[in-house]
Amino acid sequence: MVYKRQLDRLPIVPNDARQFNVTCHYCIVGCGYKAFTWPMNKQGGLAPGTNAFGADLSKQQDAQSAAWYSPSMYNIVRQDGRDVQLVIKPDTACVVNSGLGSVRGARMAELSYSPARNTQLQRLTSPMVWRYGQMQPTSWDDALDLVARVTAAVIDEQGDDGLFVSAFDHGGAGGGYENTWGTGKLYFGAMKVRNIRIHNRPAYNSEVHATRDMGVGELNNCYEDAELADTIVAVGTNALETQTNYFLNHWVPNLRGASLDKKKTEFGNKQAEPGRIIIVDPRRTVTINACEVEAGAARAMHLAINSGTDLALFNAWLTYIADMGWVDRSFISESTKNWDGALAANRTSLDEAAAITGLTPDQIRQSAEWIAEPKANGARRRTMFAYEKGLIWGNDNYRTNASLVNLALATGNIGRPGGGCVRMGGHQERYCRPSDAHVGRPAAYVDKLLMEGKGGVHHIWACDHYKTTLNALAFKKEYKKRTDIVKDAMSDVPYGDRPNMVAAIVGAIERGGLFSVDVDIVPTQIGQACHVWLPAATAGEMNLTSMNGERRMRLSERYMDPPGQAMPDCLIAARLANAMERVFREQGKPQQADRFRGFDWRSEEDAFMDGYHQHEKGGAFVTYERLRTMGTNGFQEPASAYVDGKLIGTKRLYADGKFSSSDGKATFMSAQWRGLQAAGKEDERRKWPYLINNGRTNQVWQNAYLDQDCEFVIDRWPYPFIELHPDDMAELKLGPGDLVEIFNDSGSTQAMAYPTPTARRKQAFMLFAEVPRDQERRRNCYRYGLSASQCRPRNPARHLAAPILGLSLFSIRLSSCWSKAVPTAMRTDRDRGNAPLQQRRRV
Amino acid sequence: MKRCPSVVDVARRRFLTGAGYATAGTLAAGLVSGTSNAAPAPARIEYPSRRLASVRDLKVNEALLVSYPDREAPGVLIKLGTPVAGGIGPESDIVGFSTLCPHQGVPLMYRAADHTLNCPGHYSRFDCDASGQQIWGHATQNLPQYALRIDEAGDIFAEGIDELLYGRLSNVL
Repeated sequence: MVYKRQLDRLPIVPNDARQFNVTCHYCIVGCGYKAFTWPMNKQGGLAPGTNAFGADLSKQQDAQSAAWYSPSMYNIVRQDGRDVQLVIKPDTACVVNSGLGSVRGARMAELSYSPARNTQLQRLTSPMVWRYGQMQPTSWDDALDLVARVTAAVIDEQGDDGLFVSAFDHGGAGGGYENTWGTGKLYFGAMKVRNIRIHNRPAYNSEVHATRDMGVGELNNCYEDAELADTIVAVGTNALETQTNYFLNHWVPNLRGASLDKKKTEFGNKQAEPGRIIIVDPRRTVTINACEVEAGAARAMHLAINSGTDLALFNAWLTYIADMGWVDRSFISESTKNWDGALAANRTSLDEAAAITGLTPDQIRQSAEWIAEPKANGARRRTMFAYEKGLIWGNDNYRTNASLVNLALATGNIGRPGGGCVRMGGHQERYCRPSDAHVGRPAAYVDKLLMEGKGGVHHIWACDHYKTTLNALAFKKEYKKRTDIVKDAMSDVPYGDRPNMVAAIVGAIERGGLFSVDVDIVPTQIGQACHVWLPAATAGEMNLTSMNGERRMRLSERYMDPPGQAMPDCLIAARLANAMERVFREQGKPQQADRFRGFDWRSEEDAFMDGYHQHEKGGAFVTYERLRTMGTNGFQEPASAYVDGKLIGTKRLYADGKFSSSDGKATFMSAQWRGLQAAGKEDERRKWPYLINNGRTNQVWQNAYLDQDCEFVIDRWPYPFIELHPDDMAELKLGPGDLVEIFNDSGSTQAMAYPTPTARRKQAFMLFAEVPRDQERRRNCYRYGLSASQCRPRNPARHLAAPILGLSLFSIRLSSCWSKAVPTAMRTDRDRGNAPLQQRRRV
Repeated sequence: MKRCPSVVDVARRRFLTGAGYATAGTLAAGLVSGTSNAAPAPARIEYPSRRLASVRDLKVNEALLVSYPDREAPGVLIKLGTPVAGGIGPESDIVGFSTLCPHQGVPLMYRAADHTLNCPGHYSRFDCDASGQQIWGHATQNLPQYALRIDEAGDIFAEGIDELLYGRLSNVL
């Protein structure tokens, strides 16, 4: 039986409900929403004057109505200690989404912590410590004291290099400038931690070093550019699923021809025509189907290249376009350097690129024409380049990134309307920290060092290595071994004997153990190994500032209480710093203690004013009060002024032709093709018959940390799936929904076979960081009684899917434990929308 | 035994006006229940039983346009040709759905080739073989399905809906 809410009416938002600005805390697009809260004993009425929308609710509302909300947009939450009713619905006045809600954001209310309605009761509500052989609730003071004493002992002995840190650096859920400043000031200000990594990768490095090294920041355009471009080039990005409303609200209008008026207004009445799109992706995605439906096959081109060969394609484009004389000579001479050197180094013929990419020379030539051939009247073609994980985590990613930016620079498409060379992004951004220069390049490969026995203390902020690191199974084995040494030592000392407890932990660390502290909003898989859990607040439970993929900064306001004793991460960092200072002072080490001064914040706003306001470019103009006034539209960073009650932002970076380098010039980079760059990968390609591309499906946010507790999503995706070509399935004697084991020398995992006729032979697709779930265990999600290991999902699929290379080679066999015994209603025989559907366009 | 102070207070005031205690007690009871003179609304909506079609009107794998619970709420009846969970009729293959996409209210179109309802607005897809489960899309609920009944004459009635319809905060207006 398919999941239905069996809900046939909803309380009506009264016209005096409190309203809050909300930016969706999931993907980078950052759609604008409004939260409404009102008391339990009040409700709005059907008459226009009695509800918040001024609408006659006794009548059926039209399509795209602002006066309707779905059951997932409603909940009952605590606010100032009382239960209140909550509706979070898309804001029609926000220019990002214009009232569109995605399948993720439109569930924000339902995915809030609600004891009254039993939603997200998986949230951490109390600090927990390892005591009497299991995790036990305790007070903040007690938990922080233990963490501070052990951390102080380790850095006193080993220096700051003894402390390993895994810390998110994102915005959106749980993130925000407040929180990255909080952890940043602690680890880069008070301390100088070098062994630090970011939430989704095992080191402290940029995913797009190349573009930054060339002087081109990666979020340099605005969403409107997708409406103004003559051609959009999309590389390794499946925007309909992963940046849904950016695609629907800004790309689709261009492809439909609905932005022609905007083009005429911007550029004069010359040569305005509906946009074209080139999509570079080895897989036929739902995005490609949608583009063909909207633009017609004549204006949408899918280049299904061999995985990992993008670099050869880009270099061939550059060569052909330069040879045809379609480059922007004045832009190149005024704003860039090293053009001739890079062009010579990267020279690649159409035939060479065709042999590498699997495309035809004609496909490469025609796509180059779409990118750069001047229009009939001689006008320059405006082309926007967008890329994401397919490139960023693909083969030879540094050079590949550089080669795409080369092309954008050569065609004069950065800093100008209808242009840009941008990453699409995952979560929102909000990086604000003291200098990380001491980390150095290359940054420490933190997960490898942890596996090798390095470090004494590990602080984890909303990261789950067990789900998302390379070769997670091997990591998990070593990590468990090290943290178990400390757990066993802790079990030998009465908890109340703090000096001996700390001595026992330090002794265990000297024997190769690792003391691990996990700060998160929900119990995690790596949390199974940790000794302390600290409960954090997430978006809606604190005021948070972030910016989206066009640097649009908003204040997402607090509309409900954090669960239990949970606190914003910035305040957890501050209280930890306070505890460190106290411990060092007690120990008579004033110099050490003094490092931890300056953390007297009482609110997230204090952290914002200490961090962003004082340290970021344009930050001096920005305050919570001003952001509140700017509503869900906010402004585009950096702020340049505050005039007439409004923050003035920056629509596009580099509009003046001056780039992020000492001389203001962007640098073309040499980036030659060198095959599969990572050691051993070419051998794997020869050895194993199948390849996994990994990515996303739109219903699931990130690693499903909230969705795992949402029946609407779990009912659809109770198990990870693996898309396979039907002929491959026939060869393997598989039927739809069969559970298969996927294995190579690094490990194995399992998934449901999902026949996909549009898949290429021997090329599979799986979700990134998707976890095989066990329905029954999931339902037993612990509060206090059960140990975590009894109720968390099993091993991740991720250990096969090496993100640094994006090419995972493997073999498949029918799992020995199940065969054709699909224990759920999961449908694996339905096309998700990858195939051409002949859908009619909306009139 | 504790008494409700307000009842005592009402009784006292009635007493002070000269009315007898018994009368006061009766009045107090009347006052307590005075707020619920109207019959309380049922916890769930009362759905009309509405005849949508006869089985003879249905052709296998073709969508018959209907509306339920009123003319403003478009839907379809489909005889799928293969039995499905929740299907009615002799072959257990007749199902009915709302055809307003629960994402933004765009009318859905039936695609006979794979028994799906598809949204031309934003490409969402719903599985008619699986109670309207969203195969892929932007809606945060599966497609509202009708509770159907078939009588001896072969007339098909809708008598309920299992999800909130797009565009209304109560399924029955």
